[in-house]
Amino acid sequence: MKPRTKRAVAIVGGLAALGVAAALVLNAFQSNLVFFFTPTQVAKKEVPLDRNFRVGGLVEDGTVVRQKDALTVHFKVTDGAESVPVVFTGILPDLFKEGKGVVAEGRVGPDGVFKAAQVLAKHDENYMPPEAADALKKAGHPMSKENFAGQGGSAR
Amino acid sequence: MIPEIGQLALVLALLLALAQAFLPLAGTSLGKPAWTATARPVAIGQFLFVALAWAALATSFVNNDFSVANVAQHSNLSLPVHYRFAASWGSHEGSMLLWALMLGGWTAAVALLSRHLPERIAARVIGIMGLISVGFLLFILTTSNPFDRLLPPAPDGSDLNPLLQDPGMVMHPPLLYMGYVGFAVAFAFAIAALLEGRLDSTWARWSRPWTTAAWCFLTIGIALGSWWAYYELGWGGWWFWDPVENASFMPWLAGTALIHSLAVTEKRGAFKSWTVLLAIVAFSLSLLGTFLVRSGVLTSVHAFATDPKRGVFILGFLAIVVGGSLALFAWRAPRVGIGGQFSGVSRESLLLSNNVLLVIALSAVLLGTLYPLVVDTLGLGKISVGPPYFDTVFFPLMAPAVFLMAIGPMASWKKAELPVLATRLKWALGVALACAILVPLAKGTWSALVALGLFLAFWVIIATAVQFGGRLRAAPQAGIVAKLRANSASWYGMQLAHVGVAVFIIGVTMVKGFETERDIRMAPGETVAIAGYEFKFTGTREVPGPNYGAMQGIFEVRRAGSPELLLKMYPEKRIYRASGQTMTEAAIEPSLAGDLYVSLGEQVEGNAWGVRIYHKPFVDWIWGGCLLMALGGFLAIADRRYRLARRAAAAPSGALATGD
Repeated sequence: MKPRTKRAVAIVGGLAALGVAAALVLNAFQSNLVFFFTPTQVAKKEVPLDRNFRVGGLVEDGTVVRQKDALTVHFKVTDGAESVPVVFTGILPDLFKEGKGVVAEGRVGPDGVFKAAQVLAKHDENYMPPEAADALKKAGHPMSKENFAGQGGSAR
Repeated sequence: MIPEIGQLALVLALLLALAQAFLPLAGTSLGKPAWTATARPVAIGQFLFVALAWAALATSFVNNDFSVANVAQHSNLSLPVHYRFAASWGSHEGSMLLWALMLGGWTAAVALLSRHLPERIAARVIGIMGLISVGFLLFILTTSNPFDRLLPPAPDGSDLNPLLQDPGMVMHPPLLYMGYVGFAVAFAFAIAALLEGRLDSTWARWSRPWTTAAWCFLTIGIALGSWWAYYELGWGGWWFWDPVENASFMPWLAGTALIHSLAVTEKRGAFKSWTVLLAIVAFSLSLLGTFLVRSGVLTSVHAFATDPKRGVFILGFLAIVVGGSLALFAWRAPRVGIGGQFSGVSRESLLLSNNVLLVIALSAVLLGTLYPLVVDTLGLGKISVGPPYFDTVFFPLMAPAVFLMAIGPMASWKKAELPVLATRLKWALGVALACAILVPLAKGTWSALVALGLFLAFWVIIATAVQFGGRLRAAPQAGIVAKLRANSASWYGMQLAHVGVAVFIIGVTMVKGFETERDIRMAPGETVAIAGYEFKFTGTREVPGPNYGAMQGIFEVRRAGSPELLLKMYPEKRIYRASGQTMTEAAIEPSLAGDLYVSLGEQVEGNAWGVRIYHKPFVDWIWGGCLLMALGGFLAIADRRYRLARRAAAAPSGALATGD
């Protein structure tokens, strides 16, 4: 092959490879975006029913109920205005507590209960998941980040 | 007093960094040898003062000086002394100082080990590193001063995050930063070459060991972080595609592309502009990683405080570095030239494919990491990109790269004959295919992905063995030792690193394919069987720790069906007294064939606990593979030709290139 044809072949081949890669990437990207909703939005049924999403807020005081025989936990996530009933089977992260921030990923069942596939583990006591903080702010909840941090204390 | 010494040392270091940036760069451009000659002593002085500042901070931590705000926030009287020491880089301020210390250290190393370089190049490299130092020291002094006083002093500090009170966490940040910051050397070499308008094999040989060294440290740093997540977060995951992890992984991908591209530039004088661009990209991604992790844009264990000033500063710095270097690249790259010609099948073309695949993978990770941030900043809502995205994108891109990786070292430069390669490798291909099909069958469950993963790993290992055999047979020397010595250290290093990749793939494939995970509720006396083992929960007991109280679960492990006790495992649930934070400490029984992993969830009712019991086959191979990659890199740096080049200052280029 002449150098010129060779170069042309290389360029076409390269572009084709790039195109395939881009298609692959964008397709995977599209189907793996996880959107975030506030409890108010969930209550207003503004959420998709056919795909997973995240909901965040505070674990409402006095709502955590464990099933006796298994690892299933029921609790409510609130943004101060509305609250969403959540059910989760599995082991909760260390920092899951009533009155603390939480983010759950899953989808709403026909009974209106949010079935969480995952309750997100966070690393720090003083830390509020940004999605949860955002949900509280939108609903006009008085608990700002600072006084949230001030609450730290007795574990369990 | 000691904090003031540290503060003063930092200011002096900044002044020296300004001199280190200005004098050599101006001196080389204006032709003032006296200015240029200051580069080395000033750089070493800068390092000493940063080191003094860092020592002052560490001393404040060890002495529990709670009048320093940073110490009061991240340490505690009951914290054991080695963690107090490590806490000096456990905070935002401290970790930035560590960054500056590493940068100073790399600069001093360049200053001491660059005697063989032409004066102008060495001075420019040191000058550019000085510019980066100026940026970081300014950042520390204006937005994140680790020596800020707290008045009145606190009687006791709040605590270091319990998750960070761990030996792995003591080593992870320094190693990771060694890697991150090490790319500054490659970057400085690239910019110096652009300024000089000259870039050739000699230049590549100078910059190659530095780049490889940085890459090795980064590899170990990332592996340590992953290992820590595995045993410390208590749920047995080893990689989450978390933005913070991606922040360190992106420079690694760029660095991997760079060390391969540098090989072509050194041996063949090709890929010149590309190499320079990759060096700029690798360091820019290191800075981007620092920005993402330190600015509070991402929230995780790494983000300490959200102070918009910091984010703006790093973003501005990033813009100057990336914008400036890319502008310089656009202006100067045509002069540097592209380099030699090569045929469609050659080692060059294989390395080019490697580079293209790595860069596409890098872009995909970058997209997944930054897109949620962009959407959030634009106020279009909050989203996240799930790990499945990264999995589906990453593996198809890396599979061909790994396949080609086995062929690359065998192909000749410039033009390789496909039939020759095929003859040499057909056995390797057959054996790898057979193993890939048979091993999963023997394990009981066959899946295409497991077979593909194992095929790639066996393919790389067998192809490496074939090359090894070929080299030994071809060596003219008599005796096995002489034959072994005939190959260069860098050749062995490359092969070892490639085998490391294979070992890593075996680990990932086996864990993904054959792991067993059970989350269950267990009351004392109950037994559960997984993966051929029986775990009996016999109860819990309270165990005191130095600064925490722990509830320890006791598990007896037996082989299924056997009454003989194999071992006892003691997972813990700790409550740290100072912060009141709860933490899970998993019990892990490691072995080459797989780990047994037990961690306590929470007390469900009475004496019953939620328990995770996992069997993770070959999981340690993941980190073992990373270690082999890094060892291979270090072996490559130990190659004679770099030392010879150093000894014979003006050795002609190309004369010393042997072997590969």
